[in-house]
Amino acid sequence: MSAFPILTGLVIAPVVGSALILGVQRLSGPGKADGAARWIALVTTLVTLGMGIQALIGFDPSVAGYQWVENYAWFGTARYKLGVDGVSLPLLLLTLGLMPFCILASWKSIERRVPEYFALFLLLETMMIGVFCALDLILFYVFFEGGLIPMFLIIGVWGGKNRVYAAFKFFLYTLLGSILMLGAIIYMALAAGSSDFEVLAKQDFAPDIQTWLWLAFFASFAVKMPMFPVHTWLPDAHVEAPTAGSVILAGVLLKMGGYGFIRFSLPMFPDASLLFQPLVFVLSGIAIIYASLVAFRQTDIKKLIAYSSVAHMGFVTMGIFAGNELGLQGATFQMLSHGVISSALFLCVGVVYDRAHTREIAFYGGLVHRMPVYAAIFLLFTLANVGLPGTSGFVGEIVSMMGAFEVSTGMAIAAASGVILSAVYALTLYRKVAFGELVNPALADIRDLDAREWLIFVPLVAATLILGFYPALATDLGEASLRAIVASLAGT
Amino acid sequence: MELFILFGPLLAAAIAGLGQRFIGDRVAQSLTTGAVMLAAGFSAVILARVGFRHEPAYTIELFRFLDIGPLQSIWSIRIDTLSAVMLVVVNVVSALVHLYSWGYMASDPHRARFFSYLSLFTFSMLSLVTADDFIQLFFGWEAVGLASYLLIGFWYKKRSANDAAIKAFVTNRVGDFGFALGIMAVLFVFGTVEFDAVFAAAPSMVGKVVEFGPISVPALELIGFLLFIGAMGKSAQFFLHVWLPDAMEGPTPVSALIHAATMVTAGVFLVCRCAGIYELAPGAATFVTAIGAVTALFAATVGLAQNDIKRVVAYSTCSQLGYMFFAAGLGAYQAAMFHLFTHAFFKALLFLGAGAVIHASHHEQDMRRMGGLWKRLPFTWSMMVIGTLALTGLGIAGTLFGFAGFFSKDAIIEIAYAGQAAFAGDPARAEVAAFAFWAGIGAALLTAFYSWRLIFMTFHGEGVTRHIFAATAEGKAAEAAAHHHDEHAPDQHGPDQHGPDQHGPDQHGHGDHAADEHGHAHAVTDHGTAAPQGKAAPLVPWTMRLPLFLLACGAVFAGVLFEPFFIGHDQAKFWAGAIATLADNDILHLRHEAPPWVLLAPGIVMAVGLLFAALFYIFFEGSGAKIAANRGPLHAFLSRKWYFDELYDLVFVKGARALGDLFWKTGDKRIIDGLGPDGVTALARAGSRITARLQTGYVYHYAFIMLVAFIAFGAFMLFGRAGGGS
Repeated sequence: MSAFPILTGLVIAPVVGSALILGVQRLSGPGKADGAARWIALVTTLVTLGMGIQALIGFDPSVAGYQWVENYAWFGTARYKLGVDGVSLPLLLLTLGLMPFCILASWKSIERRVPEYFALFLLLETMMIGVFCALDLILFYVFFEGGLIPMFLIIGVWGGKNRVYAAFKFFLYTLLGSILMLGAIIYMALAAGSSDFEVLAKQDFAPDIQTWLWLAFFASFAVKMPMFPVHTWLPDAHVEAPTAGSVILAGVLLKMGGYGFIRFSLPMFPDASLLFQPLVFVLSGIAIIYASLVAFRQTDIKKLIAYSSVAHMGFVTMGIFAGNELGLQGATFQMLSHGVISSALFLCVGVVYDRAHTREIAFYGGLVHRMPVYAAIFLLFTLANVGLPGTSGFVGEIVSMMGAFEVSTGMAIAAASGVILSAVYALTLYRKVAFGELVNPALADIRDLDAREWLIFVPLVAATLILGFYPALATDLGEASLRAIVASLAGT
Repeated sequence: MELFILFGPLLAAAIAGLGQRFIGDRVAQSLTTGAVMLAAGFSAVILARVGFRHEPAYTIELFRFLDIGPLQSIWSIRIDTLSAVMLVVVNVVSALVHLYSWGYMASDPHRARFFSYLSLFTFSMLSLVTADDFIQLFFGWEAVGLASYLLIGFWYKKRSANDAAIKAFVTNRVGDFGFALGIMAVLFVFGTVEFDAVFAAAPSMVGKVVEFGPISVPALELIGFLLFIGAMGKSAQFFLHVWLPDAMEGPTPVSALIHAATMVTAGVFLVCRCAGIYELAPGAATFVTAIGAVTALFAATVGLAQNDIKRVVAYSTCSQLGYMFFAAGLGAYQAAMFHLFTHAFFKALLFLGAGAVIHASHHEQDMRRMGGLWKRLPFTWSMMVIGTLALTGLGIAGTLFGFAGFFSKDAIIEIAYAGQAAFAGDPARAEVAAFAFWAGIGAALLTAFYSWRLIFMTFHGEGVTRHIFAATAEGKAAEAAAHHHDEHAPDQHGPDQHGPDQHGPDQHGHGDHAADEHGHAHAVTDHGTAAPQGKAAPLVPWTMRLPLFLLACGAVFAGVLFEPFFIGHDQAKFWAGAIATLADNDILHLRHEAPPWVLLAPGIVMAVGLLFAALFYIFFEGSGAKIAANRGPLHAFLSRKWYFDELYDLVFVKGARALGDLFWKTGDKRIIDGLGPDGVTALARAGSRITARLQTGYVYHYAFIMLVAFIAFGAFMLFGRAGGGS
């Protein structure tokens, strides 16, 4: 491994970019730094993506443990310890990969306080990178919570009409969970004398203590996922967030919940995880069916996709708590795949929102006549969302269901029925938006994709199809690490 | 060669689909057609090798698809007689349909897209039939569903086409729900999804019981049952048949290829491929027989009262698929495959013939507005008659004379009869076999009636179509139009009567117009007074005639030529173990012990059906319409398809809507938000009025609560540690 501390570089680079943007703004005066801010942000995200690929190239997937580790004392038990393994690396790459698209998607649609927006976005990137790289609980918590603030501001300042309500709701929910988790973290650090993941994973907490700690972590991650019944912040947050905010929310922030379950709940509290497996299964089953039915009735495109996210995250929690290799692989794959697909869907919404400034489904119809390329791309992602083979959505769903089937056929049945429902709401949405006659005169000269939008969608289409046809690309990466987790579960 | 068969059509589809702007319609259609034709040729070579020259079966492994713990799936091309037969059926019909579409779609502005979809479908279907494990099979299974969705909704301006496409997709998804669970059960029970490994291990799993939800069931029965649910969806069997008639919204070549000859037979293929499981799961096999028999009879009854020419053929397909299933359920997988094979020819022929009629009459599909067409379309008429003879199974028992359907369908009926004796040890299964036998006879009677009714209404009798076909004089056209109104006014099944299913014939009949941008121009000249153009613009171009002719050859000869190999004395050598039957399965031999009346019965009922059709629609023309006009309850029941659409609409569509609204408005908004954030907000507002005004935002709130939390947990920690120490 090279001596260059690549993960620290990843954490710091966006902060530098952010500082640069604010510096340029200070120097050139208000309103004049917009163009520079965009370009600095784009270059920064591309540089971080490049570093991420560097990290991938130097990564040895046959090793279960952490790689690229950096370890320094910080304060108390807390250490500045970074590293990635087969669980976190795909999610890290997802984050890095989505960022340039977020910047591009915000290129024109953000018109107010442009430098501040991009500076915050880069700050958010740092926090997200940190979450997936941190190997110390306290450090993790800092990043985990730190990400809330830029996101809160992005929704609250650049959001839609009800942005304050949505931002508050988002904050209230996530905060509620975080407080409980913080308590658990402090307890664990004190009890084990260390907040290092690797130490904690080996610590055997007594079963009743595990129960409480599990619940505290669960509160935080369940909100993040989000799981039923703490999911209602998500549709509101999505509806109000600017397009790029939605992309990050759906693409990355939701995955932190799943990551947390895999990283903490399973290996650190295996007994409790087993104890609460039925609870998680019931909530996952409800999420899948309930959210799909609610999605079917939505009149706002973003809300519909948000509810569909809740349903798809149900597959993730189901797969994780199946606790076997298939379930975990399915869940991680589903996170990755949903990260790409839902991001792409929100970007698709962004395309028409930028042109027509509404997300009402009824406003649209017949877009295929004026925007054939857009219609084709939107169709592809709609079908990917439905889990059609050849797209990444298929693999995640089927593999996580197979994992669940081994543990609970009832869970698998519920999940499989969600597959029917997803077809109903997704295809109905597509029909209403894209097919039929183009009646609304406001759409008569709506433009098809421009070059910038092509640039956004082509890589996402490629990612969806490549992962769909050759899923081993991702599953090989996580194999060793996930097997280690399964083995640790089986040992209890 | 195998690679080309599979990926040639995919490549052509990709080029035609993505490059349509650059290469144009002509190149796109030539490319796709050429690729599929070549694939058809190669398929024939492969079938000749493994089926007739008895070369051993083989599997070509391409690349690793899934590799996760026990789940190992390698993308493969499995070549054995079973897949080779399917390759030939799929590629031959697909090639002919591609060619036919040159003429049929000639005036469509989106031809490149159409051909691209057709080839994409072909690829999907090929990857389904050449699968070597359940995952790839499922992959192809879903992919053909996608192609079907795209092609049914090809004319996307039409609301009815879009709805039909979604209905097809969702109904298939209901089947896939079972199929997916079946695959999960396979992986769970066998620890692998690879065909050979599963079938080899199946005999050792006979006594195994698994938990499924709240119940314990024998593992093999469960797998057989779940997989068959998938087959029911794809092959439009009873309960899940509702999508197939609506799928007729798609262009007619699509109906011929996907919804008659190939995709809908995937379910039959699945059951035959899984013979190794069904042989050991008598319960599931009995269920297959029962559903097949019910479908055969049910669909035939509905076919009696339809007026849309394509829907009649669609219900006929449904019914014939039922035959295939009950044969497979009785252990005669070879007979099921044989009927699948012959059916592909004559049903594609009937659909393409119906398409020629529709094309020539400018997208008229309502048979009540046709009649006397045989003079105008003698070639199409003769082809349709051949198709009908093949479907109804004309032939003389004990001789080599017979159309394709005679050999395959009559064999199935005899097998059902033989099943009563073969399963004497299993009374339930024997009874179902008896039911299947009588259902088969009954369906044969009804098939003859509705098939000849179609021919008579369309091609014979007084030509009410004269107004469509541009009568030579103005007066005559007016007269014909008037005549049409007088005679059929009481017989109009307007949308009002059809109610919620929204597919009243009026709406439906002219549906294609909406998408055919040139259609209107044609319609004006031909509806008007202009004399027909004669040979200048043939009603049915050669690109459409040639496929009809070739399929007609298949419909005549496929039965007599292939009978010895599929089900006759050479069958064991032909299949060479591709169908994993048990050693004691000798139902194919037992059928020869059927008494003479069983051999003659299908022929007799066919003649009776023909006679009745002739009585109602030739000798006493109009009596059929009168029965319809009386709107008796039986006629209504049949013409509205046993009210399945209404029932499903009420239960599932309205139910899902109501539940969705309930969950959303009551569950999310009132209960969760009401008690959660909104309630807290209200409290916080009240609180903030009392304390201070935190104008700028909630970050301060957050910091404040964090501080409180820190203190609280610090206290807890002290308390907790003290407690732990004591």
